[in-house]
Amino acid sequence: MTHTERARQPWWMRWLRLVGRLAIYLILLVGAVTMLVPFLWMLSSALKPEAQVFVLPPRLIPNPVVWENLRAAWHAIPMARYYLNSIAIAVAAAAGQLLTSVLAAYVFARLEFPAKNTLFLVFLATMMIPSQVTMIPLFLILRNLKWIDTFQGVIVPAWFHPFGIFLLRQFFLSLPRELEDAARIDGCSRLGILYRIILPLAKPVLSTLAVFIFMFEWNNFLWPLIVLNTPAKYTLPIGLAMLRAEIDTEWSILMAATLISTLPVILIFLVAQKQIVKSVTMTGLKM
Amino acid sequence: MSKTQSKRRWLPGKSATAREDFWTGLLCLSPATLLALVFTAFPVLFSLYLSFHKWGILTPDKPFVGLANYQRLWHDAEFWSAMRHTLTYTVSVVVIGSALSLLLAVMLNQKLRGLSFFRTAYFMPVVTSTVAVSVVWAWIYNPQYGLMNVLLRALGLSPSNWLVDPHWAMPAIIIMSIWKNLGYHMVIFLTGLQDIPEVLYEAARIDGASGLDLFRHITWPLLRPTTGFVLITNTIFSFQVFGPVYVMTKGGPMRSTTTILYYLYQRAFEFREMGYASAIAWVLFIIILVFSLVQARYTSKGVESL
Repeated sequence: MTHTERARQPWWMRWLRLVGRLAIYLILLVGAVTMLVPFLWMLSSALKPEAQVFVLPPRLIPNPVVWENLRAAWHAIPMARYYLNSIAIAVAAAAGQLLTSVLAAYVFARLEFPAKNTLFLVFLATMMIPSQVTMIPLFLILRNLKWIDTFQGVIVPAWFHPFGIFLLRQFFLSLPRELEDAARIDGCSRLGILYRIILPLAKPVLSTLAVFIFMFEWNNFLWPLIVLNTPAKYTLPIGLAMLRAEIDTEWSILMAATLISTLPVILIFLVAQKQIVKSVTMTGLKM
Repeated sequence: MSKTQSKRRWLPGKSATAREDFWTGLLCLSPATLLALVFTAFPVLFSLYLSFHKWGILTPDKPFVGLANYQRLWHDAEFWSAMRHTLTYTVSVVVIGSALSLLLAVMLNQKLRGLSFFRTAYFMPVVTSTVAVSVVWAWIYNPQYGLMNVLLRALGLSPSNWLVDPHWAMPAIIIMSIWKNLGYHMVIFLTGLQDIPEVLYEAARIDGASGLDLFRHITWPLLRPTTGFVLITNTIFSFQVFGPVYVMTKGGPMRSTTTILYYLYQRAFEFREMGYASAIAWVLFIIILVFSLVQARYTSKGVESL
């Protein structure tokens, strides 16, 4: 709609439009506050003196602010260890899955290989298998491998996922072949082309995929819960769930622990909001 | 002739390039293929095999029992109640959640200022771990001091016991799940809305169409692929709800929040009945597969349009 058209509208229609816009803002704002309230409630409860948690009506701003809660929560469970465990598992899972996906996607996109299209379709079809079906047999297999209660039991099964292969293949196919042809004439091998030409071009899509896998593994709960038994090997989500089962009355400590375990992710999200939204929603998969 | 040709397809070609392609391809495909065989293909078949056996994890004797596990399932009241709970959860979360996220996306698509603020606020629960938000919401639902009842009392409404009340525990989990995933579906809808050409709206406005007309005759039909995608993925995902149940209620009170996956987990990893749990897994698999196949049709259309 051009400006002249808008000017031609009667005053009341313009007014109505304005009111409508204000109403939309108001609704969205109320919604946004509703979304944020649980986080504020967590923050507020985490920094209150234990006694103030059980005061009605509750006060949103803690007074005094009890930083001691954070220290207590940090020691209530081996938080530093759980952080390291979570990071180690998520990084190793993401790195491995990226590697297998890049290699397979390159073959599917560029090389001549017998029955590669059939194989690609079979890979794609495995996307329809929900993890609950493979969960029990996988547990039995890991038991035979003596991989129960080990990190590799969580990490290695995550190294294959068809989604990364699918996504990267699409991207590789979209790249022009001219660069590769030139390198080919200069005597570059197939793997050399992948490493020197394609991967540098694929940096954005690789980082998007890496963030996605990392976030998935970081928040993953059920599989690590099944595999890991020793408390020292827990990831953050499991440690937190166990703490919740253990102390379900000391809410300020519990909220402080939740705050510590989520704050870095929230901060990273606030800084890299755009990229993370893109990473998480590019897929049909969810966390 | 044809026989040699078909044979040739499985062998590396004669040229140097073809031979390099073959060996490079073999090298590059083997990690993914091996992992897929060991951690996906074999387990799926093994799972089916398990479902026909009485497979206690500690007993050495694991007899073949035919369809007994499936028969037991058919008569298992706990299984059916878990199925009902899962259906209640799924229908509520999918219908209410998708409608709300579509509404938000349409409003956000009005070229508003502050888009990134709104997107950040609505997306924050999506990036936070399910376990963490479940712990926070368990505190929000605390009957005496929780925020939810404080607000209800302030509004003059009657408070509820939420997670300790068999009638309200499931609604409590549903509300939390809708809140958690709202932003995800909103962003997907927003992407779909932004793909609709602005020209269509301009033309319709010149013809005197109202805002509601625009939505009914342009937005809704053109958004159908996105809507389908959201509904189906949301359904598949909701059928597999586990984290909130485990953290907030452990399936209670009085099993009122025991969902299929939670029941499967209990059977397999608390009662160690691997055969019976596998039968449950296969029923769940078949249900999800139906939705996945519908989705595959949507996705393949999406791929063609790329």
